[in-house]
Amino acid sequence: MKSLLILLSMALLLVACNQTPKPNLYQQLGEEAGITALTDHLLHQIEHDPLIVHHFRDTDIPRFRRLLIEQLCELSGGPCVYSGATMEESHTGLNLNTRDFDRLVNHLISAMQQQGIPYGAQNQLLALLAPMYPEVIGR
Amino acid sequence: MNNLMMCVFFTVLALPVQAGSRVLATGGATTIEGSAGGGIVPWAVINGYGSDDEWSVQAFGSRVGVDDFTLHSAGVGLSFDNRWELSYARQQFKLDTIGGQLRQDIVGVKYRLAGQLLYTSLPQISLGLQYKRHLDFELPSLVGAYSRSGVDLYLAASKVWLDAIAGRNLLLNGTIRATQANQTGLLGFGNTDQQRHQLMFEGSAALLLTHNLAVGVEFRQKPNRLAFADEQHWRDVFVAWFVNANLSVTAAYVDLGDIAGLPSQQGWYLSLEGSW
Ligand code: HEM
Repeated sequence: MKSLLILLSMALLLVACNQTPKPNLYQQLGEEAGITALTDHLLHQIEHDPLIVHHFRDTDIPRFRRLLIEQLCELSGGPCVYSGATMEESHTGLNLNTRDFDRLVNHLISAMQQQGIPYGAQNQLLALLAPMYPEVIGR
Repeated sequence: MNNLMMCVFFTVLALPVQAGSRVLATGGATTIEGSAGGGIVPWAVINGYGSDDEWSVQAFGSRVGVDDFTLHSAGVGLSFDNRWELSYARQQFKLDTIGGQLRQDIVGVKYRLAGQLLYTSLPQISLGLQYKRHLDFELPSLVGAYSRSGVDLYLAASKVWLDAIAGRNLLLNGTIRATQANQTGLLGFGNTDQQRHQLMFEGSAALLLTHNLAVGVEFRQKPNRLAFADEQHWRDVFVAWFVNANLSVTAAYVDLGDIAGLPSQQGWYLSLEGSW
């Protein structure tokens, strides 16, 4: 039991030590090109998800794409300023539920995985997006 | 029974099906009592991957082998709306050294009261109930147990901190359980003097090393009511591998303390779970 615990803490320490020095999130996402590719990947996934695509029926997709890229760039510490509406404003009237949110998160995760974004950076981005849940859901 | 379950698993798992919209690993594993959680502690998570308006069904089989005993558990579950979880488990506790076996059935209900494991600053909080009924009560009654059935009531809070440690996600869970059970019910409920519920604390911590691999520890406080032998707290160290949304495998090293007078029961736990 004790030796297992020691092994476990050693494994954790290895994981912890393995990550210095760390490029910032914007760089880890692949900067402008990476974020653009990630967004396109995500849009492609949304387009092929019959359970959420209907929400985007009346959406101006080129504008949505541009704003999403801006937002991810700004959030991750890149040289951009988000110029769209607040999350409350832009999702009001859509009546999104937790399933819509879960599905978008899964699409984002698989897009990040396919793009080879490091696991730590994936979680950093998710940690920035998760707090928006109450601003987006049930409006 | 267990072998049959394993066969069923692998047959059905050959065909992965849509398992629900939630993120991988957020259903946790299934405890020996059939509720979603770790291996020995029920968490606030609802089993499977169903989100709003989605159903999911689960089946699991597990085996714990310690020095003088073997516990087989197998069961099924049904979850709805990421809100309700129903479960049934049959436990078979083999007294390898003493001889004989003790079996109990456990029917569980869990209801998510508030919070979303991944998204809200409030932890996910659930209320659960486990109705347990012993099938071989002669022996527990001989060693002083009062009743062949009992109800555990628990309140659990679970939360995932994204990007918590070295870019990894951390899950913490705390559970308060009101129980009359001796050795989780395997030795019956209450003793001839006392049948009141006692409050016990249970806790788990798990770190997701990757999106589908978690390591963690668990602790379960236990009452100590039967005079014939001491009952001790349980703990384990586990690794859980979420192969995909349909299959997970959990292995653990467990320390169950003294059981029925036999000291320091330690050994391995292995659990297989399917979810659809
Ligand atoms: C943290 C999660 C989310 C983020 C960061 C986010 C981000 C954005 C952004 C930046 C816009 C453009 C705002 C504007 O037009 O000014 C937008 C609009 C939109 N979002 Fe989200 N969103 C999130 C969750 C969701 C979810 C879960 C859905 C549904 C599955 C969704 C559906 C939409 C739709 C349909 C629009 C366009 C509304 C319109 O046509 O005006 N969003 N979102």
